[in-house]
Amino acid sequence: MTQPIVKASNLARFYEVKDGFLSKPKTVKALAGVDFELSPGKTLAVVGESGCGKSTLARLITMIEEPTEGTLNIDGTEITPSVWADMRETVAIVFQDPYGSLNPRQRIGQILEEPLVINRRDMSAADREAAAREMIEMVGLRPEHYDRYPHMFSGGQRQRIAIARALMLDPKVLVLDEPVSALDVSIQSQILNLLVELQDRLDLAYLFISHDLSVVKHFADDVIVMYLARAVEKASKETLFETPRHPYSKALLSTTPHADPEGKKERIKLEGELPSPMNVPLGCAFAARCWLATEACRKSVPNLEGTDHKVACLHPL
Amino acid sequence: MSDQATPAAATRPSALREFWYYFSENRGAVYGFWFFVAFVLCAALAPWLAPYDSAEQFRDHILQPPVWQEGGSWAFPLGTDPLGRDMLSRLIAGSRFSFFVGVIVVSIAVSGGVMIGLLSGFAPRWLDTIIMRIMDIILAFPSLLLALVLVAILGPSLTNAMIAIAIVFQPHYVRLTRASVLAERQKDYVTSARIAGAGLWRMMFVTVLPNCLAPIIVQGALSFSTAILDAAALGFLGMGAQPPTPEWGTMLAEAREFILRAWWVVTFPGLAILVTVLAINLMGDGLRDALDPKLKRS
Repeated sequence: MTQPIVKASNLARFYEVKDGFLSKPKTVKALAGVDFELSPGKTLAVVGESGCGKSTLARLITMIEEPTEGTLNIDGTEITPSVWADMRETVAIVFQDPYGSLNPRQRIGQILEEPLVINRRDMSAADREAAAREMIEMVGLRPEHYDRYPHMFSGGQRQRIAIARALMLDPKVLVLDEPVSALDVSIQSQILNLLVELQDRLDLAYLFISHDLSVVKHFADDVIVMYLARAVEKASKETLFETPRHPYSKALLSTTPHADPEGKKERIKLEGELPSPMNVPLGCAFAARCWLATEACRKSVPNLEGTDHKVACLHPL
Repeated sequence: MSDQATPAAATRPSALREFWYYFSENRGAVYGFWFFVAFVLCAALAPWLAPYDSAEQFRDHILQPPVWQEGGSWAFPLGTDPLGRDMLSRLIAGSRFSFFVGVIVVSIAVSGGVMIGLLSGFAPRWLDTIIMRIMDIILAFPSLLLALVLVAILGPSLTNAMIAIAIVFQPHYVRLTRASVLAERQKDYVTSARIAGAGLWRMMFVTVLPNCLAPIIVQGALSFSTAILDAAALGFLGMGAQPPTPEWGTMLAEAREFILRAWWVVTFPGLAILVTVLAINLMGDGLRDALDPKLKRS
C-alpha cells in the first residue's frame, strides 16, 4: 500500500461560546478526537448529520483553523500555523455552494489564476493564462468561458470552475465539502464522474464530506461515520454498506432510498434529537437515541476499536 | 450614442465600451451624465465662458430683470443682482466652487471612510467596537449642526466648510463599507482565497473591497450632491464661502431680501443647485447598474 498523504490523529477542535454577560464561557466540542489516514488516489468519505463536525474537520484539513488537540500530518509535514503558508499548495477545497464560492467581480480567468499569482510569483502572465486555459479544458468547459463572469454560468458549470480553481496548484489532497449537494441529480453525476476522472489522472486524495449516502456509495473507498463530534464507525465502503456494526450507521443506512419498490424496507426511525454539543451527555453520545443502549453505555465513552472495521460501540451489531 | 456601443459577440469588448453599453440602458442616467459633463466643462472653462467678471458691478443696471421680461436686455441675459453684477457670469463662476466642493468632500470622505470601514471589518472585535462607537457619536449629531460647529471652530471659509462636511459624511462610508465587508467575508470565495494563500492585504483590497464598491459608489454619487447642498446651506448661513465669492448658496443668502421684488436673484442659484444635484443623483443610479456585474446579461 502507498504511503498515506494525510495522517490525522486525535484531531479535535473546541470553540468557546459566551453565554451571556457574566456566566463562564462554555466550550463546544465541534470535533472531539478523530483519527484517519488518507492515501493518494483514494477517497475517504465522512458522513453524518448536520452539526456532527464534518465541516470543522474540513476547516482543519484546509488549514483555516488550528486544531485544539491532536496532530495533523500532511505529505510528511507536521502541520502547525507556522507552516500553513508553505502547505497551501498541497491542500485545496471545493465548497458546497457554487454560487457563493466564486468571486462575482472576477472573470473566470482571474479566478483560476489567483492561486498562481499568490503562490508562484515568478510565473509570467502568459504562462498563467496558458495554465488556466488548460485547466478550463480539463474540467470540461469551453475556451471562451475564460473571459466570462461567474454569474453567466449554471450551478454545474460553476462547480466545474470551483474544481478547476482547486486544481490550479496541483494539490495532492482535495477536500470536497458536499460538492454536489447543491446541484440537481443529473448534474451531480456529471460532476462526480469528472471528479473520478480527475482522481485517476492526477492521483488525488479526496476527503469527501457528504450526507448523501447514495453519492458516498458511488464514490468512496473508505467511510467514516460521525456522530456528535466523534467517529462512530470506520470501514471500507463495501463493508460498511453490507454490514454496518454501529446502531447509528445502521439507522443512517436504512434511510437511503432504494430504487426497488418491491424490496422490503427496514427503516429504522430514531427517537429524539441530536444532543446539544454544548451539553454532551456522559457516556456514548448516541445512547439516548439508541434502541440497544444499556446502563453501561451511559457511563463511559466507547473507543473506536477494531482492525479494518472499527466501531465505537459497546454492543455492536 | 447607443449605436456605437453594441459589444461584439466574439471578442471581448473594451471595458469602457462595455461600461457605456450598460450605462446607456438607463435613460435618466444618460441625461444626468451629459448634464454633469456640461457642468464640469462649465466649471473648467468658467473664465472664458462668463461674459463678465463675477465681481464686476454695473451700477446703472441694479436688479435688472432677465432678457425675456420687460426691462431686460441681452447684455445681461439672466439679469443682475442688487449690486449690478451679472447673474449669468456669477452662476458660471459658481459652478467651479460647487464642483470643487463635491470632488474634494467626496474624495476625502470616501477614501477615509472606506479605509476605516475596511479596517473595522477585518479588525479584532475590540478595535471594531472602538471605531464604530466613535462613528456612532459623530452620527448622533445632526449633520448640518455638526458641520456648523466644526466651521465655527475652524473659522468660516469654503475650505473649512469642505473639511467639516467631509468629516460629517465619513461615518456613512465607514458603516456602509463595514457592513458590506462583514457580509462578504462570510462567503466561500473569501475562504477559498484564504486557502489559496491570500494575505490580509490581498484579501482586503483585491478580494473583498471590489465586491463592496457598488453601494459605496452610489453613496458617493449621492453625497456629491449632498455635499453641494450642504456647502450651499453653510454658505446660506454665512459659514461657508464669504460674500464676494459667487458660491450658489451664498448667492441665495445674499438675495433673500429681494425674493418678492426680484425673483431671478433667488431663483437662478436655487435652480442651478437643484438641477446639478438631480443630474448627479440620476447619474449615480446608472453608475450602480453599470458597475454591478450581477445586473449584466451574458
